[in-house]
Amino acid sequence: MLISAAVSIAERQANRMGAKHYAGRSHVILERSLVALKSSNWFPVVSGFLEPLLYLFSFGYGVGTLIGDIQVSNGQVVSYAMFIAPGLLATSAMNGAIYDSTWNVYFKLHEGKIYHGMLATSLGPLDVALGEILTALIRGFAYAVGFMAVATPMGLIPSWWGVLAIPAAVLIAFGFASIGMAITSYFKSYQQMGLINISLLPIFLFSGSFYPLSVFPDWAQIIIKTLPLWHAIELIRNLSLGIINFSLLGHIAYFLVMIVVGLFFTTRRLNALFMR
Amino acid sequence: MDLIVVKNLVKQFGDFTAVNGINFSVKQGESFGLLGPNGAGKSSTMRIIGATSQRTSGEVLILGKDPEQAGPQIRAHLGVVPQQDNLDEELTCAENLYIYGRYFGLPKITVKNKLDELLEFAQLLDKKNSKVKSLSGGMKRRLTIARALVSDPDILMLDEPTTGLDPQARHILWDRLFRLKEKGVTLLITTHHMDEAEQLCDRLMVMDKGEIMAEGSPTELIKKYSTKEVLEVRFGSDRNSQMVEQLQSFADRLEELPDRLLLYTESGEDLLAKIVAANIHPNTSLVRRSSLEDVFLRLTGRSLIE
Repeated sequence: MLISAAVSIAERQANRMGAKHYAGRSHVILERSLVALKSSNWFPVVSGFLEPLLYLFSFGYGVGTLIGDIQVSNGQVVSYAMFIAPGLLATSAMNGAIYDSTWNVYFKLHEGKIYHGMLATSLGPLDVALGEILTALIRGFAYAVGFMAVATPMGLIPSWWGVLAIPAAVLIAFGFASIGMAITSYFKSYQQMGLINISLLPIFLFSGSFYPLSVFPDWAQIIIKTLPLWHAIELIRNLSLGIINFSLLGHIAYFLVMIVVGLFFTTRRLNALFMR
Repeated sequence: MDLIVVKNLVKQFGDFTAVNGINFSVKQGESFGLLGPNGAGKSSTMRIIGATSQRTSGEVLILGKDPEQAGPQIRAHLGVVPQQDNLDEELTCAENLYIYGRYFGLPKITVKNKLDELLEFAQLLDKKNSKVKSLSGGMKRRLTIARALVSDPDILMLDEPTTGLDPQARHILWDRLFRLKEKGVTLLITTHHMDEAEQLCDRLMVMDKGEIMAEGSPTELIKKYSTKEVLEVRFGSDRNSQMVEQLQSFADRLEELPDRLLLYTESGEDLLAKIVAANIHPNTSLVRRSSLEDVFLRLTGRSLIE
């Protein structure tokens, strides 16, 4: 019998560790998203990019003139626009990642049955999970770059450390995408999916994008400090203002844990769904 | 050479047994069918062979390998056409085939060079750059089959390939599948349409409630479990059952359906003449050859499509 190319490719991977779950081809899932994007509606993509900029202009310059300057953790005094810009960048990385990893994933899982098709090939569930998360992460990255391209010439990123805000945004997007896909893979109805949107709004409003956490009582601060967006905002704000200390490592570690936990549960769930 | 070997296969979902200890094997180049009503355990069997479902017990070997141990390698040998179309609706026909080839890890250029041939096979060359959404049911099915062929599979698995299609679309699809069969592709087909099984399968297995009721070629099965011909008579729904007793002695076997009586015999015309001579006059009568439907009725006491 003739050995087909597909078979020899799969055989080459066969003895690798975890070959049952991962064929080392998550990039083809990303390729699928790019092919789909070419002919899809660009409106949501563009609106996701514009949203933080609209906040920046209306709050930073509108509300900002009423508020005046703000003192940050190391005693530095910055303009209100400069204060909220990093928060909006972090939020935009989050939104980009969440958009692809929740509603898009939900649709492919339950309506389009796209993953059924993918997992009938020699791909494994980790390929699908990583590939989808990679897609989400690239959107988060694109939003971050776009935002920086507007905010930097406006003088809102005073420190050179601010360049690191872009890889930081990628890390943040990775964390949110990973957890977002994990949660979505367990959800079975639109009502449950609605919970994601409902919970994101308070996270966005209270995680310290628009004002320092010190306005809250201690107990509320403790709760907010457990939320991922607070870590994201602190990480990016400190980088863009050039406040470099060990707390950055803590924020990075927070996102690394999010990534690993999200990937673990997504793979496990996809396995349970498709390898019953 | 046996491409598929299944021994004592059992699949349970909770305390429901979907597949209850079945044995069969499929040879290279053979077209093998699983015939049975909905819920017979056909799809469960297919998914276990397709390495996307875990068995409860028993042995399964696909090209000598266990799907639970070597899932990705086995799936690389298979072309899967699922019961429910799962084409990528966001993509065009050509893009669907292309990206599916990429899922198998095929190089971009290899897949691109295949697209036209596959689209031509699916008779969709003129729809190459159309979105899948705009296709009819029959076109979608053909595209799904073309998609399953992108990796040059050794076994093509089709779950209810023509269910839900109109007669013309079914015939086009059968023609395509017949061409594949001629080219020596091993086909594994599930169906609850006996005409489909008769058209496409060299050998088939009649399944009901997770068990194998009979196995053989369509002609063998008909010969073994039915007579050459069937006389169908109708007396109106009220009188059908009253006539059973009177007609019992005329035929080799009699089956009573809600709307008609089936009389099994070697010659339908002769039987009809005898009945009329005995002064029994059905409202309508029809003589036809025995089919797999009759085999199924004999084996289970029920019709395939309920």
